[in-house]
Amino acid sequence: MTTLATTPTGGQLDGPLISARGISKSFGGHQVLHDVSLDVRRGEAVCLLGRSGSGKSTFLRCLNLLERAEQGIVMLDGELLGHHVRRGRVHRLPARREAVQRQQLGMVFQQFNLFAHKTVLENVIEAPVKVAGRSRREAGADAVGLLERVGLAEKVDAYPGQLSGGQQQRVAIARALAMRPKALLFDEPTSALDPEMVNEVLQVIRDLVVGGMTTIIVTHEVGFAREVCDRFAFLQEGRIVEEGPARRLAEGAEHPATRDFLSKVL
Amino acid sequence: MADPGRDAAAPDPAEPASRGTGAAWDEHLAQLAAIPHARRLHLLRALLAVVLVAASVRLVWSIVENPAFEWATVRSYFFSDPVLTGLQNTITLTALSMALALVVSVLIANMRLSDNPVLRAAAGVYVWFFRSIPLLVLLILWFNISLIYPTFSIPLPGGGWSWETRDLMTAYWSAVLAFGLQQAAYTSEIIRASLLAVPAGQREAALALGMPPGQIFRRIVFPQAMKIAVPPVSNDLINLLKATALVAFISVPDLLYSVQQIYNRTFEVVPLLMVATVWYMILVSVLSLGQFYLERWLGRSAVARVSPRARAARSTT
Repeated sequence: MTTLATTPTGGQLDGPLISARGISKSFGGHQVLHDVSLDVRRGEAVCLLGRSGSGKSTFLRCLNLLERAEQGIVMLDGELLGHHVRRGRVHRLPARREAVQRQQLGMVFQQFNLFAHKTVLENVIEAPVKVAGRSRREAGADAVGLLERVGLAEKVDAYPGQLSGGQQQRVAIARALAMRPKALLFDEPTSALDPEMVNEVLQVIRDLVVGGMTTIIVTHEVGFAREVCDRFAFLQEGRIVEEGPARRLAEGAEHPATRDFLSKVL
Repeated sequence: MADPGRDAAAPDPAEPASRGTGAAWDEHLAQLAAIPHARRLHLLRALLAVVLVAASVRLVWSIVENPAFEWATVRSYFFSDPVLTGLQNTITLTALSMALALVVSVLIANMRLSDNPVLRAAAGVYVWFFRSIPLLVLLILWFNISLIYPTFSIPLPGGGWSWETRDLMTAYWSAVLAFGLQQAAYTSEIIRASLLAVPAGQREAALALGMPPGQIFRRIVFPQAMKIAVPPVSNDLINLLKATALVAFISVPDLLYSVQQIYNRTFEVVPLLMVATVWYMILVSVLSLGQFYLERWLGRSAVARVSPRARAARSTT
């Protein structure tokens, strides 16, 4: 299922940064993920494509433990996430240690989820100060730098409710970056935006990918995926049915479901 | 701005013969469009307003001039020592009961939202129990708790402590417990609903940033829930303030009991009840004002309070 061919931006060849193996997940009696495996190398950008309900978002949420997979494991940089093995058995980690592990994976949500009662700056420095224990001054300087990168330096004192959707999403990206994660997960980052705001967010993501950030992006923006991502994985009914280099998307996918999907969105 | 309508609008511009088309019709529409819009006259509402004002004046006058109120007597007792002591007791009793209620209610609300079925059930039983008993009955029960449990002890291996319940449970403290514990049952439901009203995405975002559960509650979920809880909890606080008048039954010298003591002696019943009434009204007004400012402060991040300057800044980017 996993391809091991190197991609142009592969970077170091010391094995994948993220390895998911055999992830299965059900809600109620309905199984939404069947034995999904995926490798993402350092510096690589991988797009998860598929129809609504195909399990892309659930898979992404399993990666940083927002959902508990019933089966399967996630390895991040050689570390088993959410579990530890003792005497041949896999045990769940206590919530505090799970929290420490999550710091390594940033996540950007469809609905931005900025902390509504905090200003832009407070949103960005909350975790660095309160979780990572950095000084307010250092985190603040860091935050202003990140907000400049996403083009919102003048909004430090605004509250999320005073920003447009595109601005909120860019703050959310800055907030995720402030924890200096090893990889960023994007869960349909532009799906809740008005059309004229999609591009400002995609541009920020593009810059990150070009800058070498490891990303996994769930998106419906296939054009963007083809242009920016190294690799795509197409999900159907909870399985990755096709996976390959992103430029192959344009030339023609192999699996009929992928082809059918692409013909409708491209 | 000049009003073009006033001049242009001759009384009812005549309708041209060619209805719906032609230059004459366009002219007619333009004339109609230029007429200023008059406000609708609400005769019935206006009449009702007049009646209300008249009735209010009459009511206020009946209070002012009615000799039964004995306003001079009210004035002479308003700042007297027993009244001020009673006022102080009413305030501390309310504050202590509410403080107890807030602490217990946050605990109970969290237990009710817990994954652990035993904690959930225990919280449910607590709410059921304290909401089932009339406040006055609960007050008298706490006051007489020493009849049920004569001693209170914390047994520890190798001794522990033991007290006479009668010594611990003074009338004042039994009132604090009765009010605080019952109020906690009601307030816990408000806190629970408020916690549930904070969007799940807030918690998820905090989780994804690697915040541990305790911190997520303290710094992300709870502050936002408080904003939702302030209006109903303020209601509860105002209710509680007035409910403390029940302590007169167990002879705690609060505001009501103090004036009762005086009028039992002097028979100036109405003016002394007025002393208590006006003080209660003042206290409630202060609380309402506090609620207003607290809500304004907590709501500083709300979209509705975007300043025109911020809005202008936003539209330029």
